[in-house]
Amino acid sequence: MSSIHAFSLDDRRVDAGHGAALAVRAPSLDAIGMTKRFGDFTALDHVSLTLHPGTVHALLGENGAGKSTLVKCIMGFYHADAGELRLDGKPLRIANPRDAQHAGIGMVYQHFTLVPSMTILENLTMGLGFRPGRIDWRAERAKLEAFLTTMPFRVPIDSPVSGLSAGEKQKAEILKQLYLKARLIILDEPTSVLTPQEADEMLGLIRSMAIGGQLTVLIITHKFREVLAFADEVTVLRRGRHVGGGRVADLSVADMARMMVGEQASREHAGREEREPGPVMLALREVTALDDAGAPALRGVDLEVRRGEIVGVAGVSGNGQTALVEVLGAQRRHEGTVLVGGDAFGGTREEIRRHNFALLPEEPLRNACVGRMSVGENMAFRHFDRPPIGSGVWVKRGALRRRARELVERYNVRTTGVDAPIMTLSGGNVQRAVLARELSGEVDVLVCANPVFGLDFSAVADIHGQIVAARNRGAAVLLVSEDLDELLELADRILVMSAGRIVYEAARATADRQSIGLHMAGHA
Amino acid sequence: MGVEALGWWGVPLAVGAGAIRVSTPFLFVSLGEVVTETAGRINLGLEGTLVMGAMSGYAISYYSGSPWLGVLAAGFVGSLLGALHAGICSLPRVNDIAVGIALLLFGTGLAFFLGTPFVAPQAPNLPSIPLGFWSHVPQLQAALKVNALFFIGVAMAPILAWVLRNTGIGLMIRMVGDNAEAARAMGYSPLQVRLWATTFGGFMAGVGGSFLSLYYPGSWSEGLSSGQGIIAVALVIFARWRPMYCLWASLLFGGAGALGPALQSVGVSQGYYLFNAAPYVLTLVIMIVACSPDRTLAGAPGELSITK
Ligand SMILES: Nc1ncnc2c1ncn2[C@@H]1O[C@H](COP(=O)(O)OP(=O)(O)OP(=O)(O)O)[C@@H](O)[C@H]1O
Ligand SMILES: [Mg+2]
Repeated sequence: MSSIHAFSLDDRRVDAGHGAALAVRAPSLDAIGMTKRFGDFTALDHVSLTLHPGTVHALLGENGAGKSTLVKCIMGFYHADAGELRLDGKPLRIANPRDAQHAGIGMVYQHFTLVPSMTILENLTMGLGFRPGRIDWRAERAKLEAFLTTMPFRVPIDSPVSGLSAGEKQKAEILKQLYLKARLIILDEPTSVLTPQEADEMLGLIRSMAIGGQLTVLIITHKFREVLAFADEVTVLRRGRHVGGGRVADLSVADMARMMVGEQASREHAGREEREPGPVMLALREVTALDDAGAPALRGVDLEVRRGEIVGVAGVSGNGQTALVEVLGAQRRHEGTVLVGGDAFGGTREEIRRHNFALLPEEPLRNACVGRMSVGENMAFRHFDRPPIGSGVWVKRGALRRRARELVERYNVRTTGVDAPIMTLSGGNVQRAVLARELSGEVDVLVCANPVFGLDFSAVADIHGQIVAARNRGAAVLLVSEDLDELLELADRILVMSAGRIVYEAARATADRQSIGLHMAGHA
Repeated sequence: MGVEALGWWGVPLAVGAGAIRVSTPFLFVSLGEVVTETAGRINLGLEGTLVMGAMSGYAISYYSGSPWLGVLAAGFVGSLLGALHAGICSLPRVNDIAVGIALLLFGTGLAFFLGTPFVAPQAPNLPSIPLGFWSHVPQLQAALKVNALFFIGVAMAPILAWVLRNTGIGLMIRMVGDNAEAARAMGYSPLQVRLWATTFGGFMAGVGGSFLSLYYPGSWSEGLSSGQGIIAVALVIFARWRPMYCLWASLLFGGAGALGPALQSVGVSQGYYLFNAAPYVLTLVIMIVACSPDRTLAGAPGELSITK
């Protein structure tokens, strides 16, 4: 009961003059000997990290290395089992995120933390601290607008966050931390949802504030390009241990990559075989569908994918790609026809099995997994009712586990065991687990949406290798991605989707970034 | 005699008057539940809270002679039950729906057990405001006798809507209900906020219950509530978690509930039980009409276990 009153003791609000005095100096932070265990799994093992004032520090590591765990311990989201924090050399005790906010430490999380039904104005105002009574919206708006004029990018402050694009949301998250006068900002993969231009713009801003001495920054990323261009120092984690680091100027990409994955030999990936596409395996005719709000998401999509080719679908997020994948996964009602192998396809188990249809949707934890069920069970979703796992009405747990262990091994899924709930896996490992389930059997049609979103470089190479291998074996692959580089690298043909329609098509040989970009932006 | 004077006009009049009378408990329960659900919890135990409120309000009114003290006591008992629900739900791995059903049975059972001594005696009832004093038609006078609690409920709807939109408390409630993770990241405690929101919901349901025993029908018996507490929860979904819609929906359900007695008063006795079932049929029809395979439920708090 008492903490409701504690909310109103917040002293970091409203008072602009007082806040400005706080905002000018960037602090240093030492994390010493941080250890965090989940059960008998050690996610962090005596990791130390030093952030120098006014610098941008990059934190690198494979999926599941413990990066998010480390920063969540700093933020008070998790309680470290051992270790201490020092802010500007003084010991710092952080019991919860509010303490961190009081200390001037702010974080942009891997997933969005704005309240979807509320506007940015409401979200940011609430972030300033709790005032139980009436909110003077006029004054709050004026204050926010004055703050926004000092920022290099703008966001619409009066529409609900749920209606914003991913890029806008990410910008708003960062604006929120700056608005709350954080002096030390932690960014967990902030650029995965942004276009390269947006990412550069945002990181450039943050770096200039760091150079100006207003901000100390810790950034988690998988993109070496961003590390080289925007970071001063780097720390590398591997399997929960600190394995290296130093000044970015003294390191090469190869050095950093070696620290991340250790000395393990990199896997050989299948190259693309030159091959003529075969017969049409997947075809959409005049497909229309509505989005969750009842507005048209697909306005008549026609496309064909042949055996042995990868067809890429490019587009700015929010132009119907999500609905397209949901239609193929039988998760969204639609008009028009979907043909797989020449037959009408409704996504039943029988049809999926007959046509060897595989699907890797975006956000696989939400769209392709049951979070509370185990890794093994999730991996058996396609096969639990047939031998060797299913026998009659029974599911043989032993066979299920054995097969899961095999897949975990083969696809390099990092987990505490096949019985762990799949939601405890790091983002990248969920992706690998689902891909293992989908690709392990025979595949004739493969649909993937943003398959390497948030993955580390070796996982990206792995998964791209798997997709190309499926194509080489004669699968028809539909690859929906917001990452144009990925499409240019993998696809045999690229389609551009805009406002729920396919507006442009380019063959691999003639595809150029310029005209694809123009069509994506809807300017052609 | 009077019925003859008005003829069939008596039906809409009786339905209107009934709507006001019958809607009051719906209104209180649903307004409280709007706050609870906006904070991300669903309390299905409100039926039990309602019955406990009815019993304790009646008992206190009987002992103290003051019906308003009874109303307060009912609210207090309701708050306790609400806090109990929230307290149990704060424990890890507890499902709010299961707890709600358990508390529904607990509340009704406890009320029947403690309430046996109060079945016979008559406690002082809540007074009503005679708004029909200007008319000479007795039916109109009777219909326009409105209880003060109704006006309090009607006033609560816009006030709650305003509070949820324009105050720190309101925004905090919406925040923990829509994205608890985000609320926690900003330093708000979802469990705390839900505790208070559920307690408030319990208070309102308790007061709603006291209306049953202290005004209409106006005595305590085991058959007092006919599922108003449960219907009110459905009504919140129908009202899209908006207090003002709760007001209109409560009036609609109240009117439906008054249909049977109104028809009987003009002599249509055939199918009496069928007309009495009108609120339940309405609940089903509304739920079916309101659902759509293409749309997500607009306005649903993101953390609610039933829509998540
Ligand atoms: N709540 C939890 N319970 C159990 N295990 C967990 C929990 N959170 C994380 N882990 C485990 O701790 C390890 C580190 O996870 P973490 O999320 O820190 O990885 P990461 O470096 O951020 O990876 P990614 O790049 O994929 O985001 C993983 O193996 C994960 O399975
Ligand atoms: Mg992470």
